[in-house]
Amino acid sequence: MTNTTLSDLQSTALRVREHIIRMSAGGGCFIGASLSCVELMVYLYKEFLHHGLGAGERDLHRDYLFLSKGHDVPALYGTFVEMGFLEPDRLRNHLSVHDHIYWHPNRAIPGVEFHSGSLGHLPAVAAGVALDCKLRGERNRVVVITGDGELNEGSVWETILVANAHKLDNLTLVVDRNQFQANMRTEELVPLEPLVDKFEAFGCRVRRMDGHDFLQLEEAFRELPVSNGTGGANVIIADTVRGKGLPSIEARADRWFCAFKEEEVEQLLQELHGRKETVISSETLVVR
Amino acid sequence: MTYEELLTQTALEDERIIVMTAENRALVRNMPKVLGSRFIDTGITEATMVGMAAGLALRGRIPIIHALAPFLTMRAYEFIRTDVGIAHLPVKLSGYIPGLLSDGNGPTHQSIEDVAIMRGIPGMEVYCPADEDDLVKSLPAIWASDAPAYVRVNHKKGIYTHRPFERGQAEIIAEGADVTILVYGFLFENALKAQQLLTQEGLSVGLINMRSLKPVDEAAIVRAAKRCRMLVTLEDHLKTGGLYSIVAEVLLQYGITVRTMPLAFEERWFKPGLLTEVLEVEGLTPEKIAAKIYSSSKLVYAE
Repeated sequence: MTNTTLSDLQSTALRVREHIIRMSAGGGCFIGASLSCVELMVYLYKEFLHHGLGAGERDLHRDYLFLSKGHDVPALYGTFVEMGFLEPDRLRNHLSVHDHIYWHPNRAIPGVEFHSGSLGHLPAVAAGVALDCKLRGERNRVVVITGDGELNEGSVWETILVANAHKLDNLTLVVDRNQFQANMRTEELVPLEPLVDKFEAFGCRVRRMDGHDFLQLEEAFRELPVSNGTGGANVIIADTVRGKGLPSIEARADRWFCAFKEEEVEQLLQELHGRKETVISSETLVVR
Repeated sequence: MTYEELLTQTALEDERIIVMTAENRALVRNMPKVLGSRFIDTGITEATMVGMAAGLALRGRIPIIHALAPFLTMRAYEFIRTDVGIAHLPVKLSGYIPGLLSDGNGPTHQSIEDVAIMRGIPGMEVYCPADEDDLVKSLPAIWASDAPAYVRVNHKKGIYTHRPFERGQAEIIAEGADVTILVYGFLFENALKAQQLLTQEGLSVGLINMRSLKPVDEAAIVRAAKRCRMLVTLEDHLKTGGLYSIVAEVLLQYGITVRTMPLAFEERWFKPGLLTEVLEVEGLTPEKIAAKIYSSSKLVYAE
């Protein structure tokens, strides 16, 4: 990756975070889970996926990205805006019943492959897509982003068993390992570690790296084999920080879903650019 | 023609069809060698099978998926509702041994709430063929449509030659002035025999094979309600949410009142055993059905 590319990705990620912070005003959004996967989203759309967006009709040869954790959709929309796939003004329609921009992804927004919201579903849907790609002899990739809390759902593991049984090595599960589920640290509720060992024991090819480092992301994704020989699905565990970019909310159990006041949003935008931490007076925890 | 023969023929003619099973191969034994890679056995994983079917449908496939009816409709319910239902994908669900056909398995295997829960999904169609003849006459249209559909697969050989199937149309077997029996699925044959017994007793008895429960033939229900003094809904399903509920909904909508006798399971699972014995114990033999209807119809006349 050239320095120019790296710098472009970093500035895109910064602008995507600005969009996410703005979407946390008013009705709010799941800001923590959105901020943790910004580099992933930006890297995948700008550098990795042959998604066909913005290039006329999308066909069956495209790469697919599924957002299984769902709460991260502001990061996707922010990325789409930055890449010119979504009108910037539409983000102002967040939570308006007259648009389709709400807390979970849905196919009414062009580029969204499938809706989500109920955890543990899209690994299976993605496996179905990956299976069809195999049946047709195509070499495209199917990527699905899950949360780490989402790994509580048995259906994720069930799908991995089935995907590996059918040798779906065109399928890649990316775990946004931000260490938190809704209200607590994952390890305090249903411990997941040692996560690499668990996935390897299921027959997956596993890589683990810093999910905020574009160079490490590049290394992990570039070495994904189209056919990796083991026959198993690929797993990339991206170690991330919930609320990344905003020290006032980073890695805090009570900053999962946030609905900020307009003046707080302005301060958070400053904080993102390195100014002092925001004094937040909004309710600390909105339970959804 | 059997279910499997029809499925084989349809799948060979249409590359879009993927036959899936969650390791229930009773209906699809020969599929692996006939279809090759278009036959997918996911193992005992109903939820994953349904999610994968949704993914295959996103790519233009028409998955026809198989599992025992209770596990397909209940273990995987949220996947059906959320992945197939919300996206309105053409996934075709074949539920094996629904209702009484689970005979000796016990309550874990008794799918007697499937009609209620499957018709609760917006856009999901629900079909309940009377026997193998009805089944193979119904399936080509069901599989060819763009809608998701649940089929209570009843592959038992019947004694009746059914008329061609049309979506949303009931099959009117007979019309009557005293009583009309509305039935679907496995109990059709016993209803037919009960109708004959009651006719011999001098009653004028109609019989309707409902076939298509969603969309339902509202006109057939309304006509029967207007024509006769009593309706009977007969089903191997809980009383809640099945045909009795459907008929109540339709009659209320049209502002029609008619005495309606439900023959269904009330707040309980049925005692498992060999099917012939279960029918005796549950009072679902032709004679017992006829006797219940006969005494009930006399009460209606006495009022």
